[in-house]
Amino acid sequence: MDHLSFRAPAASTYAEDVDKLFFALLGLTFFFSILVAGLLIFFAVRYRRGNKVDRTRPLTHNTLLELTWSVGPLVLGLAMFVWAAKLFAGVFAPPKDAKEVYVIGKQWMWHLQHANGVRENNELHIPVGEPVKLVMISQDVIHAFYVPEFRIQRHVEPGRYTSMWFTPTKEGKFHLYCNMYCGTQHSEMGGWVYVMSKSAYQKWQVSGGARPVATGGYTSPNGAPSLTQVGYNLYNKYQCNSCHSQEAVQRGRGPSLVGIYGKIRTMQDGRKLRADDGYLRNVTFYPNEYPLAGWPQGMPSYKNVMTEEEVITVNAYIKSLGGPGSKNLGNVYDPANGGSLQTNTTGSASSGTIGGMTGTGSGSLITNQTVQPGPTSEDGGNLDPQAPAANTNNQQWRYMYGGER
Amino acid sequence: MSIALKRTPTTSTPPGGGAATDGLPLAAPVRENYLTSGQTVKSWLLTVDHKRIAILYMISISLMFFFGAAAAGAVRVELTSPNGQILSSETYNKMFSAHGILMVFLFLVPSIPATLGNFLVPLMIGARDLAFPRLNLASWYIYMAGGLMILASLFLGGVDTGWTFYTPYSSIYANGNVSLAIVGIFLAGFSSIFTGLNFIVTIHKMRAPGMTWFRLPLFIWAMYATSVIIILGTPVVAITLLLVLVERMLHLGIFSPELGGDPVLFQHMFWFYSHPAVYIMILPSLGIVSELISANSKKRIFGYSFVALSSIAIAVFGFIVWGHHMFVTTQSMYSSMVFSVISFLVAVPSAVKVFNWITTMYKGSIEFTAHFIYALSFIGLFTVGGLTGLFLSSLAMDVHLTATYFVIAHFHYIMVGGALSGYLGGVHFWWPKMTGRMYPEAPAKLSAIILFIGFNLTFFPQFIVGYLGMPRRYHFYAPEYQIWQVLSSAGASVLAVGLFIPAAYLLWSLKYGKIATANPWGAVGLEWMVPSPPPTENFEEVPIVTWEAYEYSPHDALLAEDDRHDMPGTPSESQVKTQSKAEAGAPA
Repeated sequence: MDHLSFRAPAASTYAEDVDKLFFALLGLTFFFSILVAGLLIFFAVRYRRGNKVDRTRPLTHNTLLELTWSVGPLVLGLAMFVWAAKLFAGVFAPPKDAKEVYVIGKQWMWHLQHANGVRENNELHIPVGEPVKLVMISQDVIHAFYVPEFRIQRHVEPGRYTSMWFTPTKEGKFHLYCNMYCGTQHSEMGGWVYVMSKSAYQKWQVSGGARPVATGGYTSPNGAPSLTQVGYNLYNKYQCNSCHSQEAVQRGRGPSLVGIYGKIRTMQDGRKLRADDGYLRNVTFYPNEYPLAGWPQGMPSYKNVMTEEEVITVNAYIKSLGGPGSKNLGNVYDPANGGSLQTNTTGSASSGTIGGMTGTGSGSLITNQTVQPGPTSEDGGNLDPQAPAANTNNQQWRYMYGGER
Repeated sequence: MSIALKRTPTTSTPPGGGAATDGLPLAAPVRENYLTSGQTVKSWLLTVDHKRIAILYMISISLMFFFGAAAAGAVRVELTSPNGQILSSETYNKMFSAHGILMVFLFLVPSIPATLGNFLVPLMIGARDLAFPRLNLASWYIYMAGGLMILASLFLGGVDTGWTFYTPYSSIYANGNVSLAIVGIFLAGFSSIFTGLNFIVTIHKMRAPGMTWFRLPLFIWAMYATSVIIILGTPVVAITLLLVLVERMLHLGIFSPELGGDPVLFQHMFWFYSHPAVYIMILPSLGIVSELISANSKKRIFGYSFVALSSIAIAVFGFIVWGHHMFVTTQSMYSSMVFSVISFLVAVPSAVKVFNWITTMYKGSIEFTAHFIYALSFIGLFTVGGLTGLFLSSLAMDVHLTATYFVIAHFHYIMVGGALSGYLGGVHFWWPKMTGRMYPEAPAKLSAIILFIGFNLTFFPQFIVGYLGMPRRYHFYAPEYQIWQVLSSAGASVLAVGLFIPAAYLLWSLKYGKIATANPWGAVGLEWMVPSPPPTENFEEVPIVTWEAYEYSPHDALLAEDDRHDMPGTPSESQVKTQSKAEAGAPA
């Protein structure tokens, strides 16, 4: 009970807009409440029994009055609707350069993965002034990711990805809540969002961010592998590569995953689905429900094999293989270069290191391998370009499944 | 169907207080009434008299209210500290779940329809009972079966899903007696359906001759609209909860994605009932307030047809706004926009009612009875509750406020400030009719005022703490919210006082209260023309209605209270014009 506050700080661009709407609605509420209360008290006192006032010709109906107090609230209500709906539409339109952070909700913690491989539990560190897009999924029940200072929340559902975005405008430490009742320790499922200055964020990324943060998964003093790199390792660990070529050339029993992210895929029953995160996840977990046209469906389900977290990580890698959807996501793949993966590796000196990691079979998220962190770009949001390059070292599919398709 | 008969030319004044001038003979001083017609327990448990069933219901829902309020008390005590010092998180979760389940399914939904509605619908339309008296009794038994099951589930282990039973938590993850609670709610739902069905048939088929639709009291319009919602909506929630049960017990994938289901489907189905359920709770209170304002102003309600039809409009709109509970789910943006704009439309019939009530008071002759104070506080709190609803139907605003304490405050303004105030106002207004005794006026006024103050102290801080961002259903919370939670808990204790006082004096009045006359408030309406308490068959002869609803004369407005109390005993026979052909059983 330290201080009396009537207002949480508005710490995002959205929060500032919403607060304007809030105070408009508040004004409306006060106006009508005072009007109603005032009239009630005035009439109740003036026309109390025994008070000598003019009671002749009392009204029992008046259509004009009825219309006034029907149409008045209607017009005001519609105006408020339009205002709020316009703002709301913005919630669904993240800017293309938004920095993506993956969020996994589970009873009773938040797990967050940055694209550069930094993982956090119940904490989110982000730089001020840059749009952030959260891609969220739950591992069990429905949760909701809520940051009151940003005035924004969204349900985090099992079985499908949801997303929300915001641009923080104030540095500081803000509440992160689960705001969908999720069981016994619901009220403890939360933490903090740290909005940092750009320079502080840079520092955090290379030092604090790469040190064991909450999960303690990383011991490398030089930085963590990026999400794409980890995804690449998992891709090999689960032998996705045995069927799905990571090259533009089609080999193996399944379709190559190069350049498919964001493409429209046609199912055998004629359904046309966009290959986004949700699609990739569903195919991984329920392949029999997504038989691709032109291919015999032979993929096994990874439902009880991979976790949501691993799927997100592998998806990040698949995204790095390019496709119409991936260029919006800060990836380095450039379709103008003919879809060849090698073009992505230009300037990368460490592809061998990654291949070595695969060779030792250390594809798990916890690795002691020294990984050269790619040069961090200014916004810290770009993926390390080296990961996709490594696939050339890894073509055991030929031996396992007998050649090209 | 009914023919509006002309009033016999010998009477020039309308019914109600005007009867005093008729100079018609006194009634027999003592006569048997529905309370004295049988004194055994069996005569109560096997009764098919709608008035007795109403009393059975009133006792039962008061008991459920007590349990629900006790759970709320535990929650409020626990929330005085941000670190939760008395209960474990598990117990805390069970407490707010018990509070919600008991209050919504076992108190608010049946409150007015099953008690005042059961008692008044036949009396107000000039019928001798509801259309299906045995179904009416069955509905009470089913309610009790469901209610006891729910109580058993809560006492023997508890339920921690909240009253909303969101999947997949309720169907896969939750421990506790979810299945038993669901069966209980399923049964209680059928008791509502029976009541709703009974009301619809009764209002259609059993109105007294001359009681046309637009002569019906507004309470009847409200009960009619409520009944339509009940019979259309309740089966949906029954099916939904049954599906949760099936998923929980048989692991058939319906709502859980792990089993191939869709959790959002549950929310659609649940709110398809549970949003209209809000109107099941509030519409009857709106009807009661129309009665109270008119009776206490001694004036015909302003804009009768607008008030009547606004009940129907609210019922219709109520069915197409359920998606406004789901703006932050995966519901599509365009669906959300449609649900939002329709939610704003609900404001129109609500505003129509409020302004018509206010205008009714204009040039009235207002008596500050306890039930009038309840009606005033209803209008005030309902207005605040309704206006804060606009925040939540505003899409962008709801993204911030949904599932925070702002929502809690908003719906308690509607449910407690609205529905409960309306119920208590109605209980006070018709208490003399139901029991034949007057309650003491001074403590009644005092408690109505205490209740209003306590209510605002409890729930207004929750608007602020919600806007600050405190999520609902939080056992532990950030320390900066504590002051608002402490204020709220302090208010709750005032609220509790405001509820204990009426409980005490109403019980006291049963034995020691002044004997009530047939029409102690000088109100008009068929129920005031029969003795208090009414005889078992309500009307010795079926009345023929030749007057409009709320036909107060200027004379009524000037009649002093003492004059009314000195009026001869039972004006019913003197006022109700009868027609020998309109015998029992052939009212239509």
